[in-house]
Amino acid sequence: MKINLTINGKKYSPDVEPRLLLIHYLRDVAGLTGAHIGCETSLCGACTIEVNGKSVKSCGMFAVQADGADVLTIEGLAQDGKLHAMQEAFWNQHGLQCGFCTPGMIMACKAILDHNPNPSDDEIRHGIEGNLCRCTGYQHIVNSVKAAAAVGAGR
Amino acid sequence: MIPQTFEYTAPKTLDEAMALLASGGKPLAGGMSLIPMMKLRLATPEHLVDLGRIKDLDYIREAAGELHIGATTTHYSVESSALVRGKCPLLSAAAGAIGDPQIRNVGTMGGSVAHADPAADYPAALQALEAKIVIRGAKGERTVSAADFFVDAFTTSLESGEVVREVVVPVEQAGTGTSYLKMPQPASGFAIVGVAVRVQRSGGKITLARIGVTGLSNIGYRAWAAEKALEGSAGSADDITKAAALVAQGIDANSDLHASADYRRHLASVYAARAITAAASKA
Repeated sequence: MKINLTINGKKYSPDVEPRLLLIHYLRDVAGLTGAHIGCETSLCGACTIEVNGKSVKSCGMFAVQADGADVLTIEGLAQDGKLHAMQEAFWNQHGLQCGFCTPGMIMACKAILDHNPNPSDDEIRHGIEGNLCRCTGYQHIVNSVKAAAAVGAGR
Repeated sequence: MIPQTFEYTAPKTLDEAMALLASGGKPLAGGMSLIPMMKLRLATPEHLVDLGRIKDLDYIREAAGELHIGATTTHYSVESSALVRGKCPLLSAAAGAIGDPQIRNVGTMGGSVAHADPAADYPAALQALEAKIVIRGAKGERTVSAADFFVDAFTTSLESGEVVREVVVPVEQAGTGTSYLKMPQPASGFAIVGVAVRVQRSGGKITLARIGVTGLSNIGYRAWAAEKALEGSAGSADDITKAAALVAQGIDANSDLHASADYRRHLASVYAARAITAAASKA
């Protein structure tokens, strides 16, 4: 089935099988391996991306459902070689250990600030309840979101 | 995890969708339950009819003292809608308790209700709100009360070829207090037990009590005995404890690796007491 979508500002018009999951399309066909496959059961959030401005788990939808959509992955966050404020904050605050959850975590954290530029600790933790960090480095992730909020990363 | 092959159609109108469903298609809404089931091959539909492109199913409207929520309205829309927050806070509380932000951005009212997961959050709230489910079928529309809609685990009164078109809840009246509290399973967020409460108070007495319970049994159900015990009482701490002790009466409680039947029954009375107390304090 022929679909059209925009990923990180670039247009793609692939012919896909309806059963192809969006994460598999991104990683295996489009070559965008930033979003990770962790649990593949919509629990861990490592595959989090944005579809039409909303954070979603890309292992939980088919590529055909993204026909006509505007998709943003972790690869599209940095602009002109400059990291997004949330990426910068994760770097500065040591918001990662092994790094496996990080692409999804950064996308989920960006979504928190898109809705709420100055979240409380509770609101941040509520906002990342769909993302698991098996290194259990949550405190530094919360610190990263606060640091990003402090420099006005929210819209 | 790759699902079995299937045909996919994304109609633009409900009429087109109804024709496809009449010929054996399986409706896809947000897919937050159906797609994981397809990945595990617990569900193997041959033809998916995606309702997500039908624009006139995504709405929240107020009319004649009721809120009408279109089937493809996401949990996030229900949770964040100023109209729902202001006029039916119990429904927005239940929506905000579902899964996690990414799930709420995609999962829909109609999909969740039609799926009828015994641990879903909406059934408890819809029972406490005495909601109506508007069903569209080949022969037209019919309306079913939440009490009649949920039949068994993953089983509703929807017939083959029918879909949920909208859910209708009453606008909260003055003197009403509501609360939805749940003990979530930590990984999935599903309710091990969840209790939704709506009470009205007048002249120092509780004049109306509606209690919906999810996670405990095969369906989200109305706790009639507890409601009856609460109505007419002053709503004292003692009255609440006595009523809450009745929420699991006569219920065949679920038991799994997360919680035994006895523990679930215990949780139900604890969460019922907390939710009734919270609701009564707002009434």
